Amino acid sequence: MKNKYSIFSLVKNAFSYHENWEKAWKDPEPKKEYEIVIIGGGGHGLATAYYLAKKHNLKNIAVVEKGWIGGGNTGRNTTIIRSNYLWDASAGLYDHALKIWEGLSQELNYNVMFSQRGVMNLAHNLQDVRDLKRRTHANRLNGIDAVYLNTEQVKKFCPIINTSPDIRYPVLGGTLQRRAGTARHDAVAWGYARGADEMGVDIIQNCEVKGIKRNGNSVEGIETTKGFIKTKKIGVVAAGHSSVIANMAGLRLPLESKPLQALVSEPVKPIIDTVVMSNAVHAYVSQSDKGELVIGAGTDDYISYSQKGSHDIVEGTLNAILELYPIFSRMRMLRQWGGIVDICPDASPIISKTSIKGLYFNCGWGTGGFKATPGSGDLFAHTIANDEPHKLNAAFNLNRFVSGDLVDEHGAAAVAH
Amino acid sequence: MFVINCPYCGEREQSEFKAGGEAHIVRPKQPTELSDDQWAEYLFMRKNIKGIQFERWVHTHGCRKWFNVVRDTSNDEITAVYKMGEKPPTNK
Repeated sequence: MKNKYSIFSLVKNAFSYHENWEKAWKDPEPKKEYEIVIIGGGGHGLATAYYLAKKHNLKNIAVVEKGWIGGGNTGRNTTIIRSNYLWDASAGLYDHALKIWEGLSQELNYNVMFSQRGVMNLAHNLQDVRDLKRRTHANRLNGIDAVYLNTEQVKKFCPIINTSPDIRYPVLGGTLQRRAGTARHDAVAWGYARGADEMGVDIIQNCEVKGIKRNGNSVEGIETTKGFIKTKKIGVVAAGHSSVIANMAGLRLPLESKPLQALVSEPVKPIIDTVVMSNAVHAYVSQSDKGELVIGAGTDDYISYSQKGSHDIVEGTLNAILELYPIFSRMRMLRQWGGIVDICPDASPIISKTSIKGLYFNCGWGTGGFKATPGSGDLFAHTIANDEPHKLNAAFNLNRFVSGDLVDEHGAAAVAH
Repeated sequence: MFVINCPYCGEREQSEFKAGGEAHIVRPKQPTELSDDQWAEYLFMRKNIKGIQFERWVHTHGCRKWFNVVRDTSNDEITAVYKMGEKPPTNK
């Protein structure tokens, strides 16, 4: 049993200069065989392992990660959490996640710093206004909190926005989801890792998957840089590298992997206490607890695994940021980076069985996977444990690309992809 | 960001171009005879290769012509450029 984190454990460890904290998770070598192997030790993968152990009482589970846990897109995103999606299936999926976020710190005994500071989406033209109003109504019909704001209300909610009618893309209104917000990305991976480890999950880092061994139409195990691991069930949660793993199993997926960039400024005093996103000009901004402005840019339109994007994408985003927030004109940017996101043709994820027995994929989250981490793990665990999807992820199967029953969130999901 | 050598205009910055995705996907000759699975393969399924990829680009802010590029998607290095209809430089 792990020591519970609390004010008392903090005080106790202060007496030994914080040098005797118990390791949050072990660093084991892989066993020869597991019941289930999860490929990918990001938030989604670790959450999947956690819920497999916790809700489905499965014990012999491993998570294999080629680098270090949370070192991929989990540590590279802009940590925005919201559930104001247009379509019923998406609303169900993302609000399921949001509800878990609300109690996650308590459940994990790990502060994920979930902050419901609200997410505001801006409208810059008549079509935006109509789309945002429509989405607000759709959200409310699905029980998701959403309000439409006019320009003055936008200004009141976030006073540093330039709402002058004379700017290139004037602010005509916006939507607000107050339950939305941000969380600490690393803490999510670490909290799930600690919780999964406590229930006996082996988290194996620096272990790259090199091949998937099949026997006819079922899986037998994986070849890794730490040797062969036998297993009957494989859950792939490899984000941008999902197609690479799929190719090892002889599958093709409807995915394209592209660089998505973000950047942070030097830390400053609190200036923006919410998250503001703009679809039309593609700029979104929030402020981290350290004081950095966290700015999300767009994806490049070419396939790349290079984890670096084009400068013109960043330039376009910063142009929009400066037009909307003239107060930031002298801010200096501290860091800029790219992550590789796997984008589906309908901009909705895949949480699904495949044509190969024992092989499951959780991928296609594109530019917006972080917000779904707890819900995605929960539903993927359900899908793997029961070999059947949960009703909340039934629509997000691979077969929708054959049947044509797509969940088309491109442009509908409050952000351009 | 990288430079693409347009076969018509010469070397230009990548931001002048638009990517057209995987090249050499042949449009079905008899669309009416395709099953749903075959349509899904043609429309949606992609190799999405990490490594050498044959892909299409269009010089949107230049000659507006389409052409093919061979690029390593792991480091964005371009090894060949060839016109539409020309044979790919190596066996794909």
